[in-house]
Amino acid sequence: MDAFERTFALHVPSSTGNLAMIRDFVASIGAKAGFDDNEVARITLAVDEACANVIEHAYSLDETRQVTIRATLDSQDLSFEIVDNGRGFEPSQVSEDDVAELIRQRKSGGLGMRLIRAVMDDVKYQITPGEKNELRMVKHIKRG
Amino acid sequence: MSQSFQIECSDRDGIRLLSISGYLDAHTAPAFERAIENELRSGNVRLVVDCTGLTYISSAGLGVFMSYLEEIREKGGDIKLAAVKPKVYQIFDVLGFPQLFDIVDTVEDAEGRFGLQGGARDGRL
Repeated sequence: MDAFERTFALHVPSSTGNLAMIRDFVASIGAKAGFDDNEVARITLAVDEACANVIEHAYSLDETRQVTIRATLDSQDLSFEIVDNGRGFEPSQVSEDDVAELIRQRKSGGLGMRLIRAVMDDVKYQITPGEKNELRMVKHIKRG
Repeated sequence: MSQSFQIECSDRDGIRLLSISGYLDAHTAPAFERAIENELRSGNVRLVVDCTGLTYISSAGLGVFMSYLEEIREKGGDIKLAAVKPKVYQIFDVLGFPQLFDIVDTVEDAEGRFGLQGGARDGRL
């Protein structure tokens, strides 16, 4: 691994039909970073969940909006930033109920953020009101 | 995107087998949800989902399983998952699905589990 940071970006129209393309993009960078197949699958899931949230909730399935995924790879970390300027959400309002309780209530909301937090090492969500919402998530690269 | 997700349904001894293949994400989960709703509307509550061809699942797909489990069990049935690939199983595992759902190695195992339960009746009868 060289000492230089490398960045990659994908811009796609805000449609769930483009999630497969986003996953391909993430999986290829995950493999380039040296993660094994299972780790790549988990990282891909986290970015898919983040983008699905933007497409469905921030942009309300408006295909005229763009989703941008920026990946940064260095010798320590693989990180992803998903920035939107749609409707933000308050992470503290996401249900903390365990999955068994959600099933009893016949609910399934809030699973996306839960999965992201479970599979990534560091997750930060920042809202700049009226300007942008930014989700940054990091996976550490373990060596040796 | 026509190959993204497919469902094939068949009947085996009072058990409804749904064979799903492709990926189950926010784009394709609504089709799966409609299929489950159709089964419930038809009174089919003994469901086996054959995941042999399932290559990926996200929260949207997991949510479909979660949303209907309680109703199906209340009606005396169950939704059992069979032949989940390891890469997909690990996603089920993150949310603790193996403790909440009956997930078995093969379709035959899943069908056998309905037989062993005995109490689950086919809603169509």
